[in-house]
Amino acid sequence: MTVNHVWVFAQGTNGNPTSFTAELLTKARGLSDNVSAFVAGDGASLAAALGKFGAKKVYSTGDLGGRLVGVAAASAMAAMIAGGNKPDIILFPQNYDGRDTLARLSVKLGVTVLTNNIDISVNGSEVVATTPIFGGNVLFATAFTGNGPHLASFRPKSFAAEESGGAPAEVVAVTVPDDGKTAAAKVTAVHVEETSGPKLDEANIVVSGGRGLGESKNYALVEELAKLLHGAPGASRAIVDAGWVPYSYQVGQTGKVVKPSVYIAAGISGATQHMVGMKGSKNIIAINKDKEAPIFAVADLGIVGDVHKVLPKLIEALKSRS
Amino acid sequence: MNGMKIVVCVKQIPDPATPGSLDPSTNALLRSGKLILDDSDAYGVEMALQLATAAGGGEVSIVSMAPNGEMSGMRTALAMGAVRGVLVSDPALAGSDALTTAKVLAAAIQKVGTPDLVIAATESTDGYTGTVPEQIAEVLGLPSVTFAKKVKVEGGTLKIDRQTEAGYDEVECPLPALVSVTAGVVEPRYPSFKGIMDAKKKEIVTLTAADLGVSPVGWSGAGQKVSSVSQAEARKAGQVIEDDGEAFGKIVAFLETLKVI
Repeated sequence: MTVNHVWVFAQGTNGNPTSFTAELLTKARGLSDNVSAFVAGDGASLAAALGKFGAKKVYSTGDLGGRLVGVAAASAMAAMIAGGNKPDIILFPQNYDGRDTLARLSVKLGVTVLTNNIDISVNGSEVVATTPIFGGNVLFATAFTGNGPHLASFRPKSFAAEESGGAPAEVVAVTVPDDGKTAAAKVTAVHVEETSGPKLDEANIVVSGGRGLGESKNYALVEELAKLLHGAPGASRAIVDAGWVPYSYQVGQTGKVVKPSVYIAAGISGATQHMVGMKGSKNIIAINKDKEAPIFAVADLGIVGDVHKVLPKLIEALKSRS
Repeated sequence: MNGMKIVVCVKQIPDPATPGSLDPSTNALLRSGKLILDDSDAYGVEMALQLATAAGGGEVSIVSMAPNGEMSGMRTALAMGAVRGVLVSDPALAGSDALTTAKVLAAAIQKVGTPDLVIAATESTDGYTGTVPEQIAEVLGLPSVTFAKKVKVEGGTLKIDRQTEAGYDEVECPLPALVSVTAGVVEPRYPSFKGIMDAKKKEIVTLTAADLGVSPVGWSGAGQKVSSVSQAEARKAGQVIEDDGEAFGKIVAFLETLKVI
C-alpha cells in the first residue's frame, strides 16, 4: 500500500522534543513523505525542532487545563479523523500517555492496536509491525488486516534519530471535544523527582542492582559505582517492587529500555522481564553468585562471585585511579 | 461512602517461570495447562480489598477471560477475599486482539452490575499489550487513571498518585472510574488456609462471548494476523570467571579496554 500520511504522537518540553519523539519522526519519514506531529499540549513551542526531524505540520491542542492526556488526545485525534484528515498510520511511544491515547483511540475508531514494537514496514499491500517476544529471542511480525488508521506503539530506542534539516513545522491548532464525565480525571499537582547525574535511558554507563544485594542499604554500592563511572544507577523489578528504589530506576519490560556502552548488572539473575530492557547494551558485565544465572548467557564479562565482596573492591580500585 | 462495589479484572497465565511457547499451527501464545493468577493482578485484588474495607464495607468481584474454563488463578483471588467471579470462557475467543478482549471484559463487568470502581493491572505478564484497561474504560464510558502507584478514596473521589516519566502527578477523579495499578502499589496478602477453603465454595459464573452479545471475536474479529515468526540474533556469552578475590581487576581491565575509564 502507499502510505500517504503518517502521524507521530509527539512529546517535549521547553522547545525540545523528547529523544523518543525524534526517533519516531525519523522512522515515519522512512514510511512517507508526509509526516505530521500531534502534540497534546503546546505544539507551537516545539514546531521548529519537530520540523528539523521531518514533521511538515504539528497539530497542537494547546494547554489541556489539567485534563489527562489520554482521553483528550484520543478525542482530538478521533474528531480530526472523522472530519476527513485521516492518516494511514499513527506511531506512538510506548510510554504512559502514548499508551493511554492509543488505547482510547482504538476503541473510538474500532481498530486494533499493535504495541511494544521495535520496527514497522510496508510489505506489499500490508503494514507489518515487529515485536520481540520471549525476552527478545523471537521476533514476531504482525500485519494489520482491517481499515486504517493503523495504530502502533514502539519501544524506546527502536530507531536511531536523525535530523532531516526540515523547516519549522506548520502549526495547526486542533480542538479537544468536550468528553463530559469520561474526561473527569484532573491533575491537581505535578511532582518531578530530581536526579543528579545522567538520565537512566541516556547514560553511557548504567549500573543496576538486584535482589542479590541482599538488603536495601546495599544499593548504596550501586549508586557509588555509578557515580564513579559518571553513569546512572538502575534496578531490577524485584527491588523496585520491594520498595528499595523508586519505579523510575527500573530497567526492563515494564520499566526503561537502556542501551548504554556498558551495562553492569550487580546481583541480578536476568529474568526475561529485565533482559528485555538491557540486552541491547553494547557491553554487559554481570556479577552474580549463581553461576547458572541467565544473565551470564548475555554477559561479555561474567564474574561468579559475591557482589558484597566484588563491588567494594571495584569501587576502591576506581577511586585509587582518580 | 458506604459499601463500595469494586470489580477487579484478572488474568490467568501460564507460570512465568516456565519458558513460553507458541502454538505451532496458529502462532498464538500457548496457554494450555494449569494457569495461575498473574502476579501483577494480586496488587489490584489487594488494593480493592483495602479500599472496600476503608469504605466501611462493600464487595470485591473479579472478572477474567480464559480458555478451557480455567479457574485456578481466579480461586487465588477469591481466597484473598473477593466474593465472586465471572469467567468468560469460550473457544471462539482464541486469537482475540486487545480491543475484543476489552469489549468482552467490559460486558462481563456490566453483568456484575454497575461498579463504583474497576481495577486492573497496567499490563499482563504474558502478553503485555498494555492497552486493555484503558480500552475497557473507553468502552464503558468511564474516566480512568492509569499507572496508579497510590490510591485512596475520599468523599467519593479517587485521589491517586500517577506514575509519570519525570516523577508522579496527583490526580483526582470522581467515581465511577477505572484505575490501573502498578506492581508494588500495596503488599498483596497471602491467602489464609480458611480463605483457600472458603474460595472453593464461592460462586464463579461462566459465560460465553454469545452470552455477552460480543461479536465478532477470536481470530476473525482481530484486526491483525501473524505475518512471520523468526529467531532474533542471539547475543553470545563472553568470558565467565569465578571470583578468586581479584576478579574486580578483570572488570577494571575490561573498562579500560572500552576506554570508559
